[in-house]
Amino acid sequence: MAGRYEIRFSGAGGQGLILAGVIMAEAASIYDGIQAVQSQSYGPEARGGASKSEVIISDGPIDYPKVTKCDALLALTQEACDKYSHDLKEGGVLLIDSDLVLREPPGNFKVTKFNITNTAKNEVGREIVTNIVALGAMVALTGVVTKESAEKAVLSRVPEAFIDLNKKAFQLGYEKAMAAKG
Amino acid sequence: MAKKVAFLQGNEAAAHGALYAGCKFFAGYPITPSTEVAEVMSAELPKVGGKFIQMEDEIGAMAALIGASLTGLKVLTSTSGPGLSLKQENIGYACITEVPCVIVNVMRGGPSTGMPTGPSQSDVMCAKWGTHGDHAAICLVPASVQELFEETVRAFNIAEKYRMPVMVMPDEIVGHMRERIVFPEPGEIEVIERTGPSVPPEQYKPYDTSYGDVPPLAAFGSGYKFHVTGLNKMQDGFPTTKAEIVQAEEERQVRKVEANKADIMKWEEYLCDDAEVIVVAFGSTSRSARFAVDEARKNGIKAGLFRLITFWPFPEERLLELSKQVKGFITPEMNLGMCTGVVKGCIEGNAPVLGIFRVDGEPVNPGQILDKMKEVK
Repeated sequence: MAGRYEIRFSGAGGQGLILAGVIMAEAASIYDGIQAVQSQSYGPEARGGASKSEVIISDGPIDYPKVTKCDALLALTQEACDKYSHDLKEGGVLLIDSDLVLREPPGNFKVTKFNITNTAKNEVGREIVTNIVALGAMVALTGVVTKESAEKAVLSRVPEAFIDLNKKAFQLGYEKAMAAKG
Repeated sequence: MAKKVAFLQGNEAAAHGALYAGCKFFAGYPITPSTEVAEVMSAELPKVGGKFIQMEDEIGAMAALIGASLTGLKVLTSTSGPGLSLKQENIGYACITEVPCVIVNVMRGGPSTGMPTGPSQSDVMCAKWGTHGDHAAICLVPASVQELFEETVRAFNIAEKYRMPVMVMPDEIVGHMRERIVFPEPGEIEVIERTGPSVPPEQYKPYDTSYGDVPPLAAFGSGYKFHVTGLNKMQDGFPTTKAEIVQAEEERQVRKVEANKADIMKWEEYLCDDAEVIVVAFGSTSRSARFAVDEARKNGIKAGLFRLITFWPFPEERLLELSKQVKGFITPEMNLGMCTGVVKGCIEGNAPVLGIFRVDGEPVNPGQILDKMKEVK
């Protein structure tokens, strides 16, 4: 890859978006051997409120740690989509939860949508892994980290008892995004 | 063997830096956005025979820190904004009693409760003048996760070497940002130990200036006894109001930093040699500045970055020198002009100083700095 690639994970506080960003960055920085910085912004609420986690991935040193022109955006809620889509660049990747984000932002984006939260809840079996389903999808859509590295990074972050659950969540997210991308 | 590598948050790196420096005691009160420092210390200190205490409040934590340091331990506390205000009385106590300690203050919006989760750089004046009275101040302002680790080690070294409190002040972005860190091996970064007494207990004086401006400090519990007070004191530690002693002692406590500025001060100059416009920045803002400087150079603008790593002492002499070559300085910061004022104060009007101030919880972005460069004629 050449230069900076800027990714933003957004949704509501408590959905695990900061962790999704950390794992993506870890996949790049520790397992793929390129550079990454992860930062976050959230409100004082423990749950709810718009929350975002930003990851910059680059083959060179990263100075400014925040998004300047977003290459890829995940929005799990309408509030997050409204608040954080303003600087998504033309032709940028936009992944949204088709059940929860009903108004798409105006602009020329590569939009992919599927029922991310409900995939976690009904097909994987636990809503808590929504972030990992979304992460699998973002890995598929952005292609800036390898699938193998991302999977390793996921598994290094979860307790032993939940490895299969998270593997399944990651894989389903990856597959559904590939299918929905068209 | 390959070095240990991790993808770590700034606050976690500060805690690991403290442990690398040999910190054995932490007292504090959790507060956003500094809590992860306390969290790591609470998990790690017991493993190395240290003690972690969550105190009833911030001033109590500062008091515990001073007490623990006087037993010979290296000590740390961490806080943010309102917590720093609450610590001030005992920070002054540590200054006058000359007790080494390290305070990590992760800067958030203020005054008062302000914006607890938002980034800011508005505590740099509080680092110097938050506690009343004349005193020296040392404040380090790292800009990356790796540097936060290394500067925390250095903060302990300076605190022990000069017998005084040292502040490490990442802004919220640096404190909460995650980056790859390579852990130094033991011995790879110098770790300075406190100078203890070379005389028997009956001859020991805690403020004996015959050793120079930094008198050796004995540890309580090692057979040495001495008086500790917030009053102006004599060499034996007991209070005095004798004019010549008070004057000399106050001057010495400021001089021990002033005379050793070269040892303490640290900054980085990036493309400053031929620069016509120099951005003076620190913390996360310096990362925006570096991005802007690279962009400016691509467009033929001779821009440079002067990155402060210590905010106090401030590198006044070097900026005065550079002010003779530039057409202007740009000072982006997440406050309403604290660094800008200090820069103006040291360059004798040689060049204009154009500030960019943000206190809305968002970082100064590279575009703002690039726009400001166009105003330098």
